[in-house]
Amino acid sequence: MAEKHSPLEQFLIKPLIPIKIGDVDLSFTNSALFMVVAVVLVGLLMTAGMGRRGLVPGRLQSIAEMAYEFVANLIRETVGSEGRKYFPLIFTLFMFILFGNMLGMIPSFFTFTSHIAVTFAMAAVVFVSVTILGFAKHGIHFFSFFVPPGVPIAMWPLLIPIELISYFSRPISLSVRLFANMLAGHTLLKVLAGFVPALGVAGIVPLAFVTALTGLEILIAFLQAYVFAILTCLYINDALHLH
Amino acid sequence: MSDKEKPSDLARLEARLKEAESRRPPAEAPGSERGKGLSFALRIGTELVAGIAVGVGIGWLLDRWLGTKPWLMIAFFVLGAAAGMMNVYRAVAGLGHQVGYKPKDRARGSGDGKKAD
Repeated sequence: MAEKHSPLEQFLIKPLIPIKIGDVDLSFTNSALFMVVAVVLVGLLMTAGMGRRGLVPGRLQSIAEMAYEFVANLIRETVGSEGRKYFPLIFTLFMFILFGNMLGMIPSFFTFTSHIAVTFAMAAVVFVSVTILGFAKHGIHFFSFFVPPGVPIAMWPLLIPIELISYFSRPISLSVRLFANMLAGHTLLKVLAGFVPALGVAGIVPLAFVTALTGLEILIAFLQAYVFAILTCLYINDALHLH
Repeated sequence: MSDKEKPSDLARLEARLKEAESRRPPAEAPGSERGKGLSFALRIGTELVAGIAVGVGIGWLLDRWLGTKPWLMIAFFVLGAAAGMMNVYRAVAGLGHQVGYKPKDRARGSGDGKKAD
């Protein structure tokens, strides 16, 4: 098979408009393009959906309201009413990831959530802002976060490093989960799709698999956005309510 | 007679409506329950790996800084594995990601003299 049909070729970052400032490559890439597309689509959906506020919602308004209520419920369930302040952050993250994942499901479109640079940047924003929130809310008491309650002092030297590692593993697990799922799913689809022409008539078997997996991938695309949002909520909840 | 029948008609209609309502799947379809389970499973998988990765990373950096190859990396690998397992345990036991081993409602204020608030 030719190299350009490699299953990993779809993740290649191609500069569309080369921009170079000093030694820093700031090119506008296909990844950046699809991020812009996702932002524009979310913006259009929300403004168009809310533009004509009918008592009986139209189609777009229904979708916009559903998205709003889904995230609002998520926050209410995990953080409670104090979490309402953080709605903009969580809603933005959720919609951005959801649209990034869903755009990636369209053949020949680029999936920007399949790059750890993108997912880690988002996870780092969550991690840093949650840490700042914890400090702003509790000041120096925030460090009690790392000391499990009811543990004898003799155990502290062992447990505090474990708690610290556990805390610092948050952005890693948050970003790796999203990126690895998207990367693995899209690679698998491409590999299986590569079998279809190679097997001739028997290619109908991998074709059936690809069809089924596409459905699964759409579910995963949604669930990953959901998991990212719910974990952000849980982290905010932890920072707000220290033990 | 017909006057008396009317409320009974209404009552019967009410009963039928109630019955129809109860037959409808409860607001959240079981599908969403399955989605929640699957999303939970997706969450757990990486927790363990992330703990180990961060532990090894910290150990490696400290080793490079202090020139104690490879001992700190080994020590932090073990600590990281412990942290990963604890992450998984906490998530599965429904304790959230909060530090500590008590359910949330009991955890507050009973921190053995180490009250946060």
